[in-house]
Amino acid sequence: MKKTIISIGFGVLVLSLLTMLTLTDHGTATTPLMKLHTKYRQKVTPSVDHTQFTQLKKHFSKPQDVTSACISCHNERHTEVMQSSHWNWERQEYVEGKGIRTLGKKNILNNFCIGISGNEQSCNKCHIGYGWGDKSFDFKNSLNVDCLACHDNSNTYIKAVGGAGMPDASVDLANVARHVGKPMRTNCGTCHFYGGGGNNVKHGDLEKALFDPSRDVDVHMASDGEDMQCVDCHTARKHQMLGKMYSVSSMNRNRVECEQCHTAMPHADDILNKHTLKVACQTCHIPEYAKVNPTKLYWDWTTAGKLKDGKPYEETDSTGTDVYMSIKGSFRWGKNLKPDYIWFNGTASHYLIGDTLDPSVPVKINTLYGSYDDPDSKIVPVKIHRAKQIYDTQYHYLIQPKTFSTKAGDGGYWKEFNWNRAAQEGMKQINLPYSDNYGFVETEMTWPINHMVSPKNKTVPCAECHTRNNGRIASLTGFYIPGRDYTSWVEYLGSGFILLTLAGVFIHGGMRIASFRKQKENNA
Amino acid sequence: MTREYVYKRFERFWHWMQALLIIFLGFTGFEIHGSIHFFGFEQAVKLHNVAAIAFLVLIIFAVFWHITTGEWRQYLPTRKNLRAQMEYYIFGIFRNAPHPTKKTVLSKLNPLQKIVYAGLKVIVIPLMVMSGLVYMFYRYPQRYEVISLNIAGLKVVATLHTLGAFLLVCFFIAHLYLITTGTTITSNLKAMLTGYEDLPDDESEKSNSLMMEQL
Repeated sequence: MKKTIISIGFGVLVLSLLTMLTLTDHGTATTPLMKLHTKYRQKVTPSVDHTQFTQLKKHFSKPQDVTSACISCHNERHTEVMQSSHWNWERQEYVEGKGIRTLGKKNILNNFCIGISGNEQSCNKCHIGYGWGDKSFDFKNSLNVDCLACHDNSNTYIKAVGGAGMPDASVDLANVARHVGKPMRTNCGTCHFYGGGGNNVKHGDLEKALFDPSRDVDVHMASDGEDMQCVDCHTARKHQMLGKMYSVSSMNRNRVECEQCHTAMPHADDILNKHTLKVACQTCHIPEYAKVNPTKLYWDWTTAGKLKDGKPYEETDSTGTDVYMSIKGSFRWGKNLKPDYIWFNGTASHYLIGDTLDPSVPVKINTLYGSYDDPDSKIVPVKIHRAKQIYDTQYHYLIQPKTFSTKAGDGGYWKEFNWNRAAQEGMKQINLPYSDNYGFVETEMTWPINHMVSPKNKTVPCAECHTRNNGRIASLTGFYIPGRDYTSWVEYLGSGFILLTLAGVFIHGGMRIASFRKQKENNA
Repeated sequence: MTREYVYKRFERFWHWMQALLIIFLGFTGFEIHGSIHFFGFEQAVKLHNVAAIAFLVLIIFAVFWHITTGEWRQYLPTRKNLRAQMEYYIFGIFRNAPHPTKKTVLSKLNPLQKIVYAGLKVIVIPLMVMSGLVYMFYRYPQRYEVISLNIAGLKVVATLHTLGAFLLVCFFIAHLYLITTGTTITSNLKAMLTGYEDLPDDESEKSNSLMMEQL
C-alpha cells in the first residue's frame, strides 16, 4: 500500500514538474529579437553635412532650381527616381484574366475620391514632381522631380493645396535644401497618412498618430522605442522602394515582409512557428487597427450635393469627425477595429477603367486572391471599405467624375454640384463615352493591414480564433481548426455513447442495490 | 480464500499513471475541442502535449513490461465462458451468484474484460497515439525548413482523435462502475492499490502460481 502511494506520488510529482517546466517563460540568452533591438536603436549620422555646400548657400526662386542643384552633385539619381512608381504613378503588372497592364494611381479608380483624372491639380499635390496639373505634364523633364518631398529633414517642407505638386509659398526652399537627408516618417506620412483626402481615410493602419506613436500603437515606430522609420523596412535600391499596396498592384513581388528581419520561424514555441505556414504575422500581431484616430469604412456619394443657403456645408459627430460633406456625401468611420480576415496569396485583380459591371452586386474594385487549398495563401488581416459611387447606367461602367474645379464652368462637382456635368467632364479625361445617364452602385475595396503592430503582450490570444463561436476567423470556412470546428456525427455519436453508458451504469447499479436490499430482507 | 499477489508493482504504477494521464488528457483534450473551459485554450494545448509525451513514455515501458513478463497473454480474447460472463452481468449479479470466471494470478481477466481491454490496447490507444502524433506533427504546406506531412487538412485526423476520446470517456465511466462488481464493492480497488487480493481456492491454479513464483 505504502509503495503504491509513493509511486503514485512520484508520478504526480514528475507530471507537475514537467508542467511547470513547459509553462514557465524561460530564456534570457541573446535572442534574435534583442539583436534587432540593438541594430535599429543605433542611429546613423550622415557622412556629409549639406549646410556646408556652396551650391546650396544661395536663394532659390523656384523649386526646379533646387532639383538642378541636387542633380549637380547627385547626377543620375533623377533617372532612378523617374523610373519609380512614385514618379510614374503606374507600373507594369500582370493582372489575372486581363494580361499585362500598366496600372497605378494614374489610371485606377478607387471608392474614395474615385480617381485623379481631371483632378490632378488637387490630387497630385502628393506626386513627387512639380506641376502635374493635367495630362500635358512632362514626365521626361528631370527638373520637375521633387527631391525635397522625400528628403526634407527640416520638417518645414509642405506642398501647396491645389498646387499640382508645387511647394507652398511659405516654404524657404534654400533652408530645406540645406537640411536634406534620409526620408523620415514625416516625409512619407505627409502623403501616405492622408490618402483619400484626410487623416487615416484610406489605410486604417497609416495615420498621423504614427508621426509620434507609443509602443502600444506601433511597436516598431514607437518614439520611445526603436523609433524606426518607414525606410527601415521599405528599403530602397536606386530609388525603387520595397513594398506596394494592393489597391494599385496585383503581383506577388516586391513586398515588404516581416520575415526580412524576423525570419520565417521567429517563435520559441514550435506550435506558433507552424502557424506561419498558413497565417501571416500581421494576423496575430495586429489585433486592431485605427488605434488612435478613426478610419473611413463607408462612403456614400449619393447624399452629396445638399446645400444650405446655396452653400456647401459639413457636419461632424461628437468626436469632430466628418460625417457629412456637401462635396463628398456621407461617411461612416470606425476606430479600434478588429480586421476582417481573408486568404491571400499575394496576387490581386482590379476593376479597370471601362470594365463592365453588374449593378445588382457590389463591385469589387480590387479582388485579393487566395484560398486554404492554395499552398501560397495565408490568412491576412484586411480593412474593407465600402461605398456607393457614380456609374454609367447605360454603359455599365464606373464613372470618373471631375470633382476638383480650377475655373468656373469646368464641371468640377465640388463647385457646381452637378453630377451630370462632372461625369461629362471626367469621362472626357479618360476618353470613354458617357451616356448622360448616371446612377450609384455599391463598391468594395480591400486593404491589407500591415502596420500598427502591437507589442508581444497584446498579440491576439489563441482562443480568439480557436473558439466555437464568433471567432476572428469565423468567416473563413472549409478547413478544420481545433477548438472551432468539430465533426457533428462524432459529437452526436460520442455524446450518445456517453449517455448510454451512464444510463447503463445507473440502471445496472440501481438494480444491484435493489436486489441487495431484497436479499437482505429475505435473509432477515 | 487465499491472499494472492495479483498486481505487480510496475503493473500498479502503470495502471495508476495511465489513469491519471488519460483523465488529464481527456480533460485538456476536451478543452481544446471546445467542450469545456478551464485552463484556457493555449495552456490546455501545452498541457495536453506534455501529458501526451509522458503517456508515450509510459506506453513504451508498459509494452516492454507486457512482452518481457508474458503478461500480454492475459489479454488474448477468448470465447470460453463469454456467454456465462454475459449472463452473470445480466442476471447472476442480481442473485448474488458466484463469478463464472475464477480470477487467478495467471488469468486475471474475465472473457468480457479480455475483449474490452484488447480492443483498448489494439484499437483505441493506438488510434489515439497515431492520430495524436499526426496532430502534433501536422505541418502543411511545405515551406521554410518545415517538413510537411503532406496532409492537406486536420479534419480526418481530428475526427478520429475525437472519436477515440469519446470511446475512452465511455470506457472510463463503465470501468469506474465495474470496479464495484468484485467479491466485495471495494475488493477490486484495494487489489489495484495494494496488489493483493483474496482469490478463491483452486488447487491447480494455486500450484501454477507457486510454479510462477519459483520461476
